[in-house]
Amino acid sequence: DTSLAEVNSFSPSVPISPSSMINQYKFEDGPELRDLFITVDDPESHITAIETFITYRVVTKTSRGEFDSSEYEVRRRYQDFLWLKNKLEEAHPTLIIPPLPEKFIMKGMVERFSDEFIETRRKALHKFLNRIADHPTLTFNEDFKIFLTAQAWELSSHKKQGPGLLSRMGQTVRAVASSVRGAVKNRPEMFTEMNNYMETFSQKINLLDKIAHRIYKEERDYCSEMKEYGPIYTLWSASEEDVADSLKGIASSIDRCCRATEKRMAGLSENLLPILHEYLLYSEILMGVLKRRDQIQGELDSKVDALANKKTEKDLFSEEIGKLEDKVERANNALKADWDRWKQNMQWDMRSTFTNVAENNLHYYEECLATWESFLASQTVDLHVEEDSEDRP
Amino acid sequence: MEDCLAKKMEITVSEAEKRTGRNAMNIQETYTAYLIETRAVESQSEGQCAPVDSLWRRYSEFELLRNYLSVTYPHIVVPPLPEKRADFVWHKLSADNMDPDFVERRRIGLENFLLRVASHPVLCQDKIFYAFLRQEGGWKEMVNETGFQLKADSRLKALNATFRVKNPDKRFTELKHYSDELQSVISHLLRVRARVADRLYGVYKVHGNYGRVFSEWSAIEKEMGDGLQSAGHHMDVYAASIDDILEEEEHYADQLKEYLFYAEALRAVCRKHELMQYDLEMAAQDLTSKKQQCEELATGTVRTFSLKGMTSKLFGQETPEQREAKLKVLEEQIQEGEEQLKSKNLEGRDFVKSAWADIERFKEQKNHDLKEALISYAVMQISMCKKGIQVWTNAKECFSKM
Repeated sequence: DTSLAEVNSFSPSVPISPSSMINQYKFEDGPELRDLFITVDDPESHITAIETFITYRVVTKTSRGEFDSSEYEVRRRYQDFLWLKNKLEEAHPTLIIPPLPEKFIMKGMVERFSDEFIETRRKALHKFLNRIADHPTLTFNEDFKIFLTAQAWELSSHKKQGPGLLSRMGQTVRAVASSVRGAVKNRPEMFTEMNNYMETFSQKINLLDKIAHRIYKEERDYCSEMKEYGPIYTLWSASEEDVADSLKGIASSIDRCCRATEKRMAGLSENLLPILHEYLLYSEILMGVLKRRDQIQGELDSKVDALANKKTEKDLFSEEIGKLEDKVERANNALKADWDRWKQNMQWDMRSTFTNVAENNLHYYEECLATWESFLASQTVDLHVEEDSEDRP
Repeated sequence: MEDCLAKKMEITVSEAEKRTGRNAMNIQETYTAYLIETRAVESQSEGQCAPVDSLWRRYSEFELLRNYLSVTYPHIVVPPLPEKRADFVWHKLSADNMDPDFVERRRIGLENFLLRVASHPVLCQDKIFYAFLRQEGGWKEMVNETGFQLKADSRLKALNATFRVKNPDKRFTELKHYSDELQSVISHLLRVRARVADRLYGVYKVHGNYGRVFSEWSAIEKEMGDGLQSAGHHMDVYAASIDDILEEEEHYADQLKEYLFYAEALRAVCRKHELMQYDLEMAAQDLTSKKQQCEELATGTVRTFSLKGMTSKLFGQETPEQREAKLKVLEEQIQEGEEQLKSKNLEGRDFVKSAWADIERFKEQKNHDLKEALISYAVMQISMCKKGIQVWTNAKECFSKM
């Protein structure tokens, strides 16, 4: 049974196609240097009086000293992942935090608890954690470690500590306020370039996402028409004698091509569509990172402006300004480094994904070619047989 | 195949031209005229080609020719004309009769029709057909002078009327079923094929959008730019390739359509036989009843109820002279009837014999043509796959260089 929803099952030992595995994460320092391996699998439904939700099993294997054990198994729900992302953003405002799959959106006809939705989300969550693990800075984040290792009750109590909702809201308000005030004025050229790049990039990714979905839809419609087309030849063969075999041959060839189309579609939905979606999310993330950098710079700029107006308390101000200047420099450097890293990964992802698309199409056409060539061969064989039998008395 | 016309003469429908003229009701109309060129086939002469003769005909004249042939040779499966109106179209194809693509496909179909007739052992010898090819003026008058319209059985037009034949010929009944099935399956096939073509068109054309977006994206990339740009170009090539592919497939559809219409011609032969059989049975029935009347008059016994019998019982018998007169008339009628029945029987047997010979010929032709059509379909698919492999191999190379 090759229906799309069942292509991937829930069991952790399901063979993931080699190309999608390569897609999942790039080994930055080479596989030999990796010391943290994470898998997300085994979605389970939990029903309580108030709500129904899904938890995923997160298994971590590591050789790092900071970890008390070499293997951990915990269960996490989407809320927990969201919490982790927020903590990382707080701690590293100008680092590029990998994209998290969205909260449930009424997109098309996918139901919140459909197998397809759950599987898509699981894969995305898996990628999310692994990208964090790959990140030179984020991988050592304390909240990340707790996320991977803490039991459920430990995690909830840890979540309750730290800046609460109100203080986070306060930060956001301040951030919005400062961003309005000419944070763009003193922006280094490099970051303006990044901004411009991201604007165009996100436009193009948006378009590519739409195109890819459209192609998927057209292929699906083509496939369903082919499913009706083939059997008509079989029906026809029932009224014929001489031509019956040829007609049946056409019917079975069409059928084979139809199944090849389904494989092609599966390739799209497993590789290209998720990657384009991720980079759509990345576009938003990057715009956000650039904004936060601007805000940090804005804090510095506004303090500098304030200093210019105040003649007294210069010393106090200069110390604060010094600290802010450091903060800006650290933020800029972090972002620059992360940007370069992101671009490299993006290039790698795009290259491998589109190459995979091309390969999928090649396999499709090669399979169809083989099908039709074998049909043709069967027809010419028949002709020779007929000719021979005519020669005999 | 003996010396059919197709072997002695080259026939082509080489051009189509839009014309305007006044029709029978003096209304201005636009129509298409087709140029028929004929040339005698020379046997290996020294570069001397026979001169080409040509004349123009419009579709309605082709129709007239075919009607004439159908009526004059009722036992022959007469080759069909290409469709009058564009049918089984998918969105890119026009349903307009004046559309140049439609006209072109019709031109090919008309040429095919003439070649079919010219290679038919019986039809190719027909003088009206020869005149259609060679005699520009006065052809219409010539056809009408044959009086074939009078021979046409108006009952054939009533397609749904049933004539209860007591002893149907099983072979013809089976053949009629076959022709119905063939018609139904081919029209279904053509309809779905058109939808498949539509969908395939969509798949290819959407890929064309990649080209533009890749090109715009490549403008902001330094390392990926070249790969993206060239990949985009290949996507454009891919999207454009579907036009030729589907145009070729239309020829396949036209081959199937020919046999869709052939099924009608086959059915017509069965129908004519059915009517013949019906007339025969009616004539035999009539003869039997007349013979019975004769006997009753002669012996004076009334075996069957008849109004005459009743009235003669009520109002008295006829005079012997009246009876004599009646008997004589009846005997004459019976004699006539018997002769007619004999000739009808003969006619019927001849019809069945020659019809069946042509049906066998048709069957062989159909099997051969269908097989070839299916093979050509496979060849088209192979060519499409090869083109696809070419494009995606190139695209893959570009992507891998991103």
